[in-house]
Amino acid sequence: MDSRMTRGELVRRGAAGVTFLSLPALLAACGGGGGGSSSSEQLNTVMNFANWPYYIDTPASLKKAGIDKPTTLEQFTKKTGIKVNYYVEINDNAGYFAKVQGRLSRGQGIGRDILVSTDNDKFLGEYIDNKWAQKLDKSLIPNIKNLIPAQQHPPFDPNRDYSLPWASGMDGIGWNEKVSDPVTSVKQLFEDPKLKGRVGVWNSMGDTLGLVILENGDDPAHVTDAVFNRAIARVQKAVDSGQILKFYGNDYVPVLEKGDLKATMAWSGDITLLADPKVHWVVPTQGGIIWTDNMIIPTGGSVPTASTYMNFMYDPEISAQWAIGASYISSVTGVKAEAVKLDPKAGNDQLLFPDAKTLSRMHQNDPAMFTNPKYNKKWLAVQGQ
Amino acid sequence: MGGFFHRHRGVTPYLLLAPGMLWLAIFFLVPMGFLGYQSLQSGEFPNFQFTWQFSNFSTALSDYHQQLIRSFVYAGIATIACLVLAYPLVYWIAFRAGPWRNLFLLFIVAPFFVTYLVRTLAWLNILGDEGPVVRVLRDVHVLGPDGRLLATTFAVVSGITYNFFPFMALPIYVSLEQMDARLLEAAKDLYASSFQTFLRVTLPLSAPGIVAGTLLTFIPAAGDFINAYFLGTPQQTMIGNVIQAKFLDSLDYPTAASLSFILMGTIMVMLLVYARVVGTEKLTG
Repeated sequence: MDSRMTRGELVRRGAAGVTFLSLPALLAACGGGGGGSSSSEQLNTVMNFANWPYYIDTPASLKKAGIDKPTTLEQFTKKTGIKVNYYVEINDNAGYFAKVQGRLSRGQGIGRDILVSTDNDKFLGEYIDNKWAQKLDKSLIPNIKNLIPAQQHPPFDPNRDYSLPWASGMDGIGWNEKVSDPVTSVKQLFEDPKLKGRVGVWNSMGDTLGLVILENGDDPAHVTDAVFNRAIARVQKAVDSGQILKFYGNDYVPVLEKGDLKATMAWSGDITLLADPKVHWVVPTQGGIIWTDNMIIPTGGSVPTASTYMNFMYDPEISAQWAIGASYISSVTGVKAEAVKLDPKAGNDQLLFPDAKTLSRMHQNDPAMFTNPKYNKKWLAVQGQ
Repeated sequence: MGGFFHRHRGVTPYLLLAPGMLWLAIFFLVPMGFLGYQSLQSGEFPNFQFTWQFSNFSTALSDYHQQLIRSFVYAGIATIACLVLAYPLVYWIAFRAGPWRNLFLLFIVAPFFVTYLVRTLAWLNILGDEGPVVRVLRDVHVLGPDGRLLATTFAVVSGITYNFFPFMALPIYVSLEQMDARLLEAAKDLYASSFQTFLRVTLPLSAPGIVAGTLLTFIPAAGDFINAYFLGTPQQTMIGNVIQAKFLDSLDYPTAASLSFILMGTIMVMLLVYARVVGTEKLTG
């Protein structure tokens, strides 16, 4: 239960809950796991943060990089007194959206102050367009000035009123040296008989089809019916031939490490944070997809608490430590200079600071692809659903 | 109070029934009504409208008949496998295990102390391509160098068989255990061979257990999605996976709801046919 909730408040809410015969309301007041926010306007002593796996600096990842500092979460608590309940509970955008949309659509909170959603899918737009995300309190985020220009006016949130980037990353291919030779292209992933039945792809359309569209020699930024159908047909062929083991969310990582997957489509930083020297990640020969995950404050979340955290993360020094620890790309200006101070090798790490050559091999998906219901139906059908 | 019940004796049974009926009304009928309402809606999330869209059913059936048939085939094989494996085992426990009976029953039930999901995940590790079982089978050349257990129909059906085994074993055990052992002696006295005794005495007397076991296994197995999800590939997708994905990933509630009704309806029809064939008295013991 929220430490800020007084007994009087509980009784009042309990009474309100009984008045409306609404058990969910009462349960919500008592907080989904570790304390729901009692008010959107109140600064809390606890922040509930829903994020993806392999996405933040840990004691182990900092140690590996030779950084002798507490994690960014620990530093945040020390600086502000706000304790963070960090929930690693997002495996894919669709699944998480489905889980929370019921409550959000009824105007109820989900017991989280921040959640992270990807621009490479339709759900980020859904949260914002449905007014299920609250406006950031920019007066508490002076560090927003450090947001890189490229991220200041995205189509889903042109003025960055509702969202701020958490990280950018790249879609590529991961392969496990214990069970496989190097895998460097989607063609090889889908057609090499040695990989049969031991290949993973994502259950998210943008990620998987983006890479397939590139392999087909088409442009993922301009997806026509013909381009889409060519890509779907290629995936279907790989499903029918038994090449593909499964469509994964973020849960492909342990399967790849164990070796049940010889190779799989994989996100750039995940493999580094896995820290298994036998598991490798490459940008496919035909190019990769770059995307950005965004923090939003869902309905019911505490805006001041979440905004305070966002401000903290937009400090270049903090963001640098996070980037090294998580192996993903920061959207904060001045991070590279800070990162080199922490770890001189970091400056050349393509996963953190992709140079012009790497970036020239990166593409972005046509956002119209995600929202096309016809495409979504076909994408489910190819997964046997 | 006593006086009230005495004066209104006719009402008492209904009063006793009321809590159960209320429970069914709230937790079965209301959700079913809501599901039925959803199954006839049309539109895209989140703007569904109720339009008596009966075509949801025909579209769902034509799009997903493959997964539906697959589910019944898998559930059928798993049910038969459960029966074949469970019967001799519980027969032995009921008639031969003597004082160890309860211990062996505990062994059957013990896996249930662990949650369903974790049990299935354990199989994911046991059957995994780099797991111990496959390695041994490859070494002794039962499996080829690329042979595998995980991600096959075999793995999915085995998972279902394993997970529903106690639902088959326990009812059969109960019906065998209640049998009067003197009937077997009588059969012997009348010169029946062991096989004849089994066929003419034991088997018919355990039939209610078999029927109950088959139903308890087949019905949930047909709607299962955990085993196909973890132990199979897209080629082993069952109808439960489709319903799960429609409800929770693609938020296509109308299709999900109509598929749920199709599954329920099909099971109901199968149940009626089954009851006709084996006789209703066996269903109720």
